[in-house]
Amino acid sequence: MNFKIQDVRVPAPSDAPLHASPDALSVALPAGSGEPSAIRKFLLGRGSSAMADKGFGWLMLLCAFSIFGIVALIATELILRSQMTISKFGLKFFFDSAWDPVNGNFGALPFVYGTLMSSLVALVIAVPLAVGVSIFITEMCPGFLRGPLSFLTELLAAIPSVVYGLWAVFILVPLLREHVDPILMRVLGWSGLFVAPDFGVHMLSAGVILSIMILPIISSLTREVMTSVPHSQREAVLALGATRWEMIRMGVLRNARIGIVGSIILGLGRALGETIAVTMVIGNNPQIVKNLLAPGYSMASVIANEFSEASDDMYRSALIEIGLALFIVTIIVNALARILVWAVTRGAPARVA
Amino acid sequence: MGVGIQVTNLNAWYGTNHTLLDINLHIPANQATALIGPSGCGKSTFVRCLNRMHETNPIAKVSGSVQIGEVDIYADASPVEIRRRIGMVFQRPNPFPTMSIYDNVASGLRLNGFRNRRVLDETVERSLKHAALWDEVKNDLKKKSGASLSGGQQQRLCIARALAVDPEVLLMDEPASALDPVSTAKIEDLIFQLKSQYTIVIVTHNMQQAARVAERTGFFLNGKLVEFDSTHKIFTNPGDKRTEDYITGRFG
Repeated sequence: MNFKIQDVRVPAPSDAPLHASPDALSVALPAGSGEPSAIRKFLLGRGSSAMADKGFGWLMLLCAFSIFGIVALIATELILRSQMTISKFGLKFFFDSAWDPVNGNFGALPFVYGTLMSSLVALVIAVPLAVGVSIFITEMCPGFLRGPLSFLTELLAAIPSVVYGLWAVFILVPLLREHVDPILMRVLGWSGLFVAPDFGVHMLSAGVILSIMILPIISSLTREVMTSVPHSQREAVLALGATRWEMIRMGVLRNARIGIVGSIILGLGRALGETIAVTMVIGNNPQIVKNLLAPGYSMASVIANEFSEASDDMYRSALIEIGLALFIVTIIVNALARILVWAVTRGAPARVA
Repeated sequence: MGVGIQVTNLNAWYGTNHTLLDINLHIPANQATALIGPSGCGKSTFVRCLNRMHETNPIAKVSGSVQIGEVDIYADASPVEIRRRIGMVFQRPNPFPTMSIYDNVASGLRLNGFRNRRVLDETVERSLKHAALWDEVKNDLKKKSGASLSGGQQQRLCIARALAVDPEVLLMDEPASALDPVSTAKIEDLIFQLKSQYTIVIVTHNMQQAARVAERTGFFLNGKLVEFDSTHKIFTNPGDKRTEDYITGRFG
């Protein structure tokens, strides 16, 4: 044997074996004289399809613009129907905490506060829980448990909110009142957030039921994002000598953080607008107090509760303006979240190699 | 300085698939050792057994012993401890996209709780210089993300990241297979310079690459180590017919 290293180093391209033989080629493409093949005739006869493509383009544009249309219609309708209170109270409507339909005094601040506070409580409870569930399912769960567990979390999203409300009234509220609230009062009473008297229907129970309702949204999206982090990122961290937690922190959560923020926004969106379950447990009392064990009221709840009994035009106009406010609050929250996402992504692109 | 690796009766499985059969070899310290063989022959599995990455796959199993320096990595230490001493570079560049270039290189040290700014700065600079990337990135170390670099630069960044923790062994699993010829040449130069200080094990599909950078070469086929000898011997006078067939391009 007389191989030389040079022989191996520089293989001439022409030495490469030709895998496709001339015979094989001729079968695929019948060349030569005579009629063009049936396939070629068919393809030549198809034309440019330009019209169909253009039509498709317009149709999709129409779909996209229908979104603008719907939003614009909702906004104008809300503004028109709430003209009375808008012209009477102006911006003061949103900074006034008096809600007195009998005397014709309308201020929306307690409802704005109630909506934001109950949603905040919901996020504080749901986000860590949802991220924890997602970490367990994607990174630590034994295979046989993964399917049932993700199915169960998704099932939570399918339960109608009135059922949540019923469950909250009969199970959650007594449970909180008897067992959880006393502990909170004892341990965290100094913060002023948990103070007696406690009737069970209050801001905290609304927040807890909301947290259960938004948990599946946040966790299923978070799980999706975490699953989509490439395996190579996990291996990169592990190869540096990371423990499992360090791998999850650096290799998974860090890469998924933008998607996680996105899922939290979606959860928040649902919490802000959730109506019936909140109405059943929040206590329906328009007041602004720091105490989470005191009853409150949310924007969606007051519309649902009082619209049918709104006897005069001013009352109705006030409720519709609250609807407008809810619309605007949702837009502002989403805008803030976008800015947050933008601020996070600015330094480093979300792209994962 | 690197350390030698003694592999004894190493077997590995993926599920019921027996991917490595009774591997025995000694990888000398401070040299580059190349592992060649056709796809699926077990060479990647083999290097992944050297830093216990193989077992991160839940269906993977391994038996036998791997002695790195004085430590039997399957008996005397945890995977985390082992991986801190052994650097690994993967087939596809995998920098951390959400981190700056600086943070990418410093990630291994920071992970282990190292916080001294001055030493971190020095280490990042030294590692990037070792990886022949310093001149290209020194002006935007903290501005640019690791993912904003080109493929070849990303791979050198990954090498810098592995070198920053001053490993005793550097494992490279087809480090140049996703790169263009210019980047490949840079990586090979790098291996040539690094091997005096580290024990390097490089898996490659590219036989010329093995011939260029490695002192010793092992030929894997169907999960067995067919031949392990000096690179010169393997490429000029192989002892086994199958090795000869493979390196002359008659199969694989």
